[in-house]
Amino acid sequence: MSVDATLSFEEAMEKYDPVLGFEVHVELNTKTKMFSSAPNVFGDEPNTNVNEVDLGMPGVLPVVNKAAVESSIKIGLALNCKIAESCRFARKNYFYPDTPKNFQTSQYDEPIAYDGYLDIELEDGTVFRVEIERAHMEEDAGKLTHMGGAAGRIQGADYSLVDYNRSGVPLVEIVTKPIEGAGSRAPELAKAYVAAVREIVKNLGVSDAKMERGNVRCDANVSLRPHGRERFGIRSETKNVNSLRAVEHAVRYEIQRHAAVLESGEPVIQETRHWHEDTRSTTSGRPKSDADDYRYFPEPDLVPVVASREWVEELRATLPEPPAERRKRLKEAWGYSDLEFRDVVNAGVMDSIEETIAAGASADVARKWWMGEIVGRAKVADVDPSELGVTPQVIVELNKLVEGGKINNKMATQVLDGVLAGEGTPAEIVEKRGLAVVSDDGPLLEAIDAALAAQPDVAEKIRGGKVQAIGAIVGGVMKATRGQADAGRVRELILEKLAVEG
Amino acid sequence: MTELKNELIRHSAADLAAKLAAREVSAVEVTQAHLDRIADVDGQVNAFLHVNSEEALAVAADVDAARAAGGAAAEELHALAGVPIAVKDLIVTIGQPTTAGSKILEGWHSPYDATVVKKLRAARMPILGKTNLDEFAMGSSTEHSAFGPTRNPWDLDRIPGGSGGGSAAAVAAFEAPLALGTDTGGSIRQPGAVTGTVGVKPTYGAVSRYGAIAMASSLDQIGPVSRTVLDSALLQEVIGGHDPFDSTSLTDPFNDLVAAARLGNVDGMKIGIVKELHGEGYQAGVEKRFNESLQLLKDAGADIVEVSCPNLKYALGAYYLIMPSEASSNLAKFDGVRFGLRELPKDGPMTIERVMGATRAAGFGDEVKRRIILGTYALSAGYYDAYYGSAQKVRTLIQRDFDAAFAKADVLISPTAPTTAFKLGEKLEDPLAMYLNDVATIPANLAGIPGLSLPGGLADEDGLPVGIQLLAPARQDARLYRVGAVLESALEEKWGGPILAKAPVLGSAATTAGGSN
Repeated sequence: MSVDATLSFEEAMEKYDPVLGFEVHVELNTKTKMFSSAPNVFGDEPNTNVNEVDLGMPGVLPVVNKAAVESSIKIGLALNCKIAESCRFARKNYFYPDTPKNFQTSQYDEPIAYDGYLDIELEDGTVFRVEIERAHMEEDAGKLTHMGGAAGRIQGADYSLVDYNRSGVPLVEIVTKPIEGAGSRAPELAKAYVAAVREIVKNLGVSDAKMERGNVRCDANVSLRPHGRERFGIRSETKNVNSLRAVEHAVRYEIQRHAAVLESGEPVIQETRHWHEDTRSTTSGRPKSDADDYRYFPEPDLVPVVASREWVEELRATLPEPPAERRKRLKEAWGYSDLEFRDVVNAGVMDSIEETIAAGASADVARKWWMGEIVGRAKVADVDPSELGVTPQVIVELNKLVEGGKINNKMATQVLDGVLAGEGTPAEIVEKRGLAVVSDDGPLLEAIDAALAAQPDVAEKIRGGKVQAIGAIVGGVMKATRGQADAGRVRELILEKLAVEG
Repeated sequence: MTELKNELIRHSAADLAAKLAAREVSAVEVTQAHLDRIADVDGQVNAFLHVNSEEALAVAADVDAARAAGGAAAEELHALAGVPIAVKDLIVTIGQPTTAGSKILEGWHSPYDATVVKKLRAARMPILGKTNLDEFAMGSSTEHSAFGPTRNPWDLDRIPGGSGGGSAAAVAAFEAPLALGTDTGGSIRQPGAVTGTVGVKPTYGAVSRYGAIAMASSLDQIGPVSRTVLDSALLQEVIGGHDPFDSTSLTDPFNDLVAAARLGNVDGMKIGIVKELHGEGYQAGVEKRFNESLQLLKDAGADIVEVSCPNLKYALGAYYLIMPSEASSNLAKFDGVRFGLRELPKDGPMTIERVMGATRAAGFGDEVKRRIILGTYALSAGYYDAYYGSAQKVRTLIQRDFDAAFAKADVLISPTAPTTAFKLGEKLEDPLAMYLNDVATIPANLAGIPGLSLPGGLADEDGLPVGIQLLAPARQDARLYRVGAVLESALEEKWGGPILAKAPVLGSAATTAGGSN
């Protein structure tokens, strides 16, 4: 695979104006699949959540999952879309072994939701409106794993394994209209848009919304045009950009790559690109053109989906609070300053803090841990904070240990590291690492006696009223107890011992 | 004993049901008689691709046991319990292979039962076996079966019609009193016509398609094959009704069919002759029998009117765009990846595309390939509107023509097929001539309306059966049975008994009887 030339982002922005477009696939968390009664469950033994319909056996027929239609309508409403009174499914015909019928049942020219928008708030509070062209229903394909050969691609593989558990999982594909005018903020907007969609579907409860599991998958379209030109440039479509940070990076990379191609005087090739997280770059996939012929035609095995206005209004009434309004409410409830709250949102830990508070921590404790400890570690580990492996229960437990005097703050951070290293629960780690604060006065008194004996001059000074000299004795005790003593208690005991009023 | 068995196989399903209920015969005797008949004559007819003796006899024994036990067990038995039936091999069955008449599915066993098969099992009707058909139901002669043609019991050198030639021939040869067929463009009715049997294509959606291997989803319909109109009504009531596994199935109960078949009058009913569906292009003997049927209905008290459906001239063209388009997509799943035949390329790289290609090249016959190619072309970008799109418009026009016709007539009538049974091989090299056989049956599929074919006597010139087709508005299947039963009884009176009584004797009886007929 050859490495493509890129221009610096700043240079690219000087000359060109990026136009973006996104196709976000959302896997719905319905109990059963889009067109069959097989369970829709992630992570089970391959090819166990399948029946004859999912396997495309001869003679089978699809039946639309009503719960999936409801979820789709909810997504449409949350994206401020119009909901079609009647819409149909179509067949997208292509031969590929992850698609058991060799066609995908999808919506083509009659999506269930269309003409919507989403207002995206960027980090500095700027609001950018992204127009939604459509949100349509379809079924997921099976999961192929290519064994042997290079780069996990079907070409050159020794053989491929297919898991049809995912075959027929309900999907909603959300397609934006071309997004113009983002300028140098395009990468940031890209990330914020996908984050907003993920937030909405999670908030609606219609998807597990875990990007690492492929519940939310993003294809990012990028094209460049010289400043001032109306006509769009030729676009590339980067497939399966499956984390928020990757979305930002992929858009930035493609802008830089397109700019280099255009600068060289070559035309941009309309193609799909594959995103590589390791090199933070894309490589050429297959050429894609508008002439790809999927021989769409209306699915004759299904009748149109009719969404009565009454039904749509009933569903609208069940919609939860929109995320933007929720943020406003949480900020007030938590009593954070503007800056504190923005930092929390930008760090992507608002949900985590809410969950941590729900698990029993105070707003300040939750923020202290997430912002003070976890965000930094996530950055080092190069993952989203929520994906680092710290659960709200861990924080609540850690805080209880600190507040109960079992461990001090310094130890707590060591315990957190232990949790991340997979050593067990905080209590187990305290036990295993022998980290508990020594609160039994016996060993402390012995250590104090030893320290006083070792530094008689200091002891004399303290007796003489120079209480500030106590640090040397406390230090000696801490050293002797390898930091496990509660320094406050040590101080109290020394003063007691020397009968000095602290 | 031979006499008794011969007698048993010649009974209608309704008569067998009555005898079983009265315990004059046992279900095992009835089933065994038909299995014996299959063993005796199917070597000549080749109606069956698989014979299901063991299971059929077990089900029959079950029915006998329930009846012998009396009480609730006996009372809960369906009226047709113990009456055996044959199933077209396009319909999937657990416990028996399902081939669709194709090499690509040879030896494949379905892991599930079609809804209609579940209903047969619930009614405890012994399934005798699976019947032959044109590969994937594509054809009008059963010659496109990968497992050899079925022969017409009236003349073993002639075709039994298609695609459901196996089901029609099995019933005509007294190998089964009842059979299931599927009808996409006439595959139940045209074989009925050329074998002197009754075949019904119900209203689209009246019978679940779940488990019928799809050719053209918007046209396919499962329906009954029998020797009498009443028997078809009985069978449609067994297999019909809404199925949650088929989104296109109707919620109407369709439970007035048997009553309609037993009503016995057509007083004041308006029967419409479809101007475009007889006359030129129809064999003289067919036309003659058709006109006689009109007279018989008139004599029975019906008003005969003439109606015109001008757009029917486009029906065949529209059909041969819609059917292959849907078929090209429906048959895409046969690729060697998950089930059925897998053929590896003889040389060159072993890629998935090439394995799929080699499998489909080796597994599909010429007619199937012809339709897949036609359909793939018709759906292609740039051609879609001109072909598939226009064909759908024609379909709407034909539906409107029928709406207008049914404003003037309660039931429409025409010959079922333009000719009597032709010779094996006669049209095999001329697909267009073969397609023309379905000119009178295709419109009902395009419009979704029900159609029934019943024997209208024998053509003078060749002594072979002629089919009369009745058509009714969607959901009015009962009208077909009402008019069909009246016409059937008038014809039997005219011909001195059932038409099938005039068919030549087959099997060992033919040898022993020597030249007696």
